[in-house]
Amino acid sequence: MSKNINQTEDPNCVAPNSSQTKDKGLALLKYVLIGTVFGIVFVKAEIISWFRIQEMFRFQSFHMYGVIGSAIVTGIIAIQLIKRLNIKTIHGETIIIPTKEFKKGQVIGGFIFGLGWAITGACPGPLFAQIGSGYTVILVTLISALAGTWLYGRFEKYFPN
Amino acid sequence: MNQFIEWVSQPWSWYVAGPMIGLTVPALLILGNKTFGISSSLRHICAACVPAGIPFFTYNWKKEIWNLLFVLGTAIGGFIAMNFLANPDTIVISEATQSDLRALGITNFSDLMPTEIFNWDTVLSGKGILFFVIGGLLVGFGTRYAGGCTSGHAIMGISSLQWPSLVATIFFMLGGFFMTHVLLAPLMKLVGF
Repeated sequence: MSKNINQTEDPNCVAPNSSQTKDKGLALLKYVLIGTVFGIVFVKAEIISWFRIQEMFRFQSFHMYGVIGSAIVTGIIAIQLIKRLNIKTIHGETIIIPTKEFKKGQVIGGFIFGLGWAITGACPGPLFAQIGSGYTVILVTLISALAGTWLYGRFEKYFPN
Repeated sequence: MNQFIEWVSQPWSWYVAGPMIGLTVPALLILGNKTFGISSSLRHICAACVPAGIPFFTYNWKKEIWNLLFVLGTAIGGFIAMNFLANPDTIVISEATQSDLRALGITNFSDLMPTEIFNWDTVLSGKGILFFVIGGLLVGFGTRYAGGCTSGHAIMGISSLQWPSLVATIFFMLGGFFMTHVLLAPLMKLVGF
């Protein structure tokens, strides 16, 4: 394999770290805090509920469509504001939003994830919130999801992309 | 203050929850130039624990430690919400969904999760293998193959107007519809419902 790519800039990684400033010690706490708010919202709006995901896939409730839709609208407005007003990070860096390349994986992998989502009733975010809120058996789901991720990484070259 | 506590204790509407989730996107960008995405944490855990010399897991995961702290926070948030801000009433699930699920053998609708599936007693049974092991494998494999999950593609990707993320999101939904309407009933029958 002569593939010599910088793995942290791998387009497969959708949540890269574009920061030039190294976060250390207490500065890292802010990510715990943002995650905490995120987890609270997941439980309070019942997004962690297996039933809510079933309602969504059966078109029997607007709730999840409202959550995801209004999250996207909020995100679009925020990113447009950042771009148009040229808002910088708190460290004065230019905000970088990596481009996502189209790959077959978004179709095949996306469909496979969808199959799993309807079984577990949770995408990766809610899995962590479920475990924290006391559904400890979801640890088994999390370990299985880690195994699935690992299997993809191990056999990556055999899958069309 | 009491009114606030009362309000906080109620289940939150979509128009409160959705914008709060959406605000995670600019919060991470402005506070640290970080791109929102949860499924990456699974990759980082693999890279940290069992890289096994695989190129896909051989990178400086420590640089992405923020992502692991974020999901740690998500678990803490779940704990706080459930223990201190729990919704006072039982969950209200649509009648139509209840009747569809009753036909599949689910009888208890009083918790956020169907208790007949999501407990430790089912882990070693067919139910556990389907709902935890197979479901988890599909989620972990699919998100990585797709390069992201609901947060990385549906929210972050579409928010930044990237069409590949819209494609991914459409296929997330199609996979979910196919499982729910075609495969779930026979699979549940197979595992003893």
